[in-house]
Amino acid sequence: MDLVTFGVQLLNAIQYGMVLFLVASGLTLVFGILGVINLAHGAFYMLGAYLAYWIAAYTGSFWIAMVAGVAIAFVVGLVLENVFIRRLYGRDHLVQVLLSFGLILVIDEAREILFGKDVHSVAPPAWLSGSIQLTDNLSYPVYRLAICGFCLIVAALIFLVITRTKIGMIVRAGAENREMTRVLGIKFDVVNRYVFAVGIALAALGGIVIAPISTVFPGMGDGMLILSFVVVVLGGIGSVAGAAVGALLIGLTDTFGKVFFPSVSSILIYVLMAAVLLWRPNGILGRREV
Amino acid sequence: MSSRLIVSRRTLLTGAAGAATLAVAPGLRAPAIAQNAPLKVGLMLPYTGTYAKLGKFIDDGFRLYVEQKGGKLGGREIAFVQVDDESKPEAATDNMNRLVGREKADVVIGTVHSGVAMAMVKVARDTKTLMIIPNAGANDATGPACAPNIFRSSFSNWQTTFPMGKVLADAGIKNVATITWRYTAGSEMIDAFAENFTKHGGKIAEKMTVPFPEVEFQALLTRVATLKPDAVFSFFAGGGAVKFVKDYAAAGLGKTIPLYGAGFLTDGTLAAQGDAANGIRTTLHYADNLDIPANVAFLKAFKEKTGNVGDIYAVQGYDAAALLDAGMTAVGGDDKQRDKMIAAMGAAKIDSPRGPLSFNKAHNPIQNIYLREVRNGRNEMISIAQKDVDDPARGCKLA
Repeated sequence: MDLVTFGVQLLNAIQYGMVLFLVASGLTLVFGILGVINLAHGAFYMLGAYLAYWIAAYTGSFWIAMVAGVAIAFVVGLVLENVFIRRLYGRDHLVQVLLSFGLILVIDEAREILFGKDVHSVAPPAWLSGSIQLTDNLSYPVYRLAICGFCLIVAALIFLVITRTKIGMIVRAGAENREMTRVLGIKFDVVNRYVFAVGIALAALGGIVIAPISTVFPGMGDGMLILSFVVVVLGGIGSVAGAAVGALLIGLTDTFGKVFFPSVSSILIYVLMAAVLLWRPNGILGRREV
Repeated sequence: MSSRLIVSRRTLLTGAAGAATLAVAPGLRAPAIAQNAPLKVGLMLPYTGTYAKLGKFIDDGFRLYVEQKGGKLGGREIAFVQVDDESKPEAATDNMNRLVGREKADVVIGTVHSGVAMAMVKVARDTKTLMIIPNAGANDATGPACAPNIFRSSFSNWQTTFPMGKVLADAGIKNVATITWRYTAGSEMIDAFAENFTKHGGKIAEKMTVPFPEVEFQALLTRVATLKPDAVFSFFAGGGAVKFVKDYAAAGLGKTIPLYGAGFLTDGTLAAQGDAANGIRTTLHYADNLDIPANVAFLKAFKEKTGNVGDIYAVQGYDAAALLDAGMTAVGGDDKQRDKMIAAMGAAKIDSPRGPLSFNKAHNPIQNIYLREVRNGRNEMISIAQKDVDDPARGCKLA
């Protein structure tokens, strides 16, 4: 493999990792801070992509689709938290798995009623639809590069909110010790609601942003859900920085696995996960005790 | 139960005697046969999930044919019982047993997913139930697993891509890289292409695979750019096909390395693929603009019945009914004369919307495979890639 090809593959790996991070960040927030296993995360990712397709088809604008899609997902997240999820805090993980699995079925059926079961594609914004010539016969879509930049911005925003703001402080305190935070008079329950809604909105945002490069189809969330869990477990549950590291590692492993060991590429990321968990049972950036 | 039957037969005979005197003898045939219950056709298709649309079109095609025959095949009323197989192989045996056992289906039509179809084939072999596969292309169904009571109205995976090997070799293409999902349909289609391509002097640069149903292709597209083959041959379907074709175009590879594929790469996906699919050539046993009377009439009737534009899946459903009709007509609606019925189905010559259709000893279709190109958002026929393609039915022991 010459240097140019290696460079292109590296770009592929990083870009794939960024996409994984965007989707997994919401999962790690909900999982780490609320302690809720949300199996429906992939379903919200799919819902985001379908919303992007639907709104963009009506309004002709990808940006409107993005803002409206995230807003809808956020509101849905608030309602779901209020009606269902808040009853699950501190309860057995099995109950959470059952509820969120039920949500998958409901969302899939709702998608079928609202949008049907056809495959759709979404056009990226016109000024991002070009491509850059990389080698004599290979070019790279500008939109893929834009996703990288976008993911970096989202990552920075999440990081800033959690480490530098009062809300972030409450969130961290609540994740550390729920009872003590309540005793101190902090309305942790309200914060919970917003954390969950943000998690759902991030999943939908992932689906929306990825829609132009990954066509919109039923079941697109299933594979992404599994990968997101791998990212979260690999990076350390609840750690946003960990999710970023985990996502990049998986991007690299998957891309170069496909190039160098094509016959076993599908299991390489799981081998990686097993190896990391042997070395650090709480994930790369996970806290010592959970 | 039996006494009631006798009474009804006696009543019928009395009625018949009376009617005969009134010289309306032709009207008698129907009641005479109606003493049998309607033939129960079990439709085991994906009515939900990824393949739901395919299942619906097959179902619509089948019912369209039966309606055109006045709701009867070989003079016998047809009754339907439906099961949603959800394209889940793990539930396939139970679903099939329910159709054959509890529902007592006389014939089973199914299905789209090869894994489900093979589980159905196993039950059909054990219970000797007559079965027609209206889509699933697994070579094994009319290969090692072939049986007198198992027919296929669609295609074998081998059949759809084998002719493309010669087409590419004839076009002066020497060196081809292949890409597909790593599962049975993918490898069978790629292997059949490679078999014919190398036989005609071509060379396979590299066989690339992606785990099913993953849709991240970027690493392999970069690999294609490095390999610089004369062409790429691929098989994907549904959402994966849309994404692959779009990614291939977005990577700018189409300008220097033309993309070819199995017909499913561009079938039912063109609206989502848009311009990215323009000019892609594929082989399949159907083309959207096939200008033969049977196809024109079929598309018109299908549109009237369903409001949709018919496609290959609808044709396969329609032909499954035509095949059953050939058998039922030969025995006058009495499906108990099994051997005669099966012989008639095996010898059937069907004027299908896809062109002339007959069956080989393993009960797989012998049919034309067309070379098509995507133009104007349709798969338009370029030529007949190979006439009367017959699957070799490797491993089938039927004489």
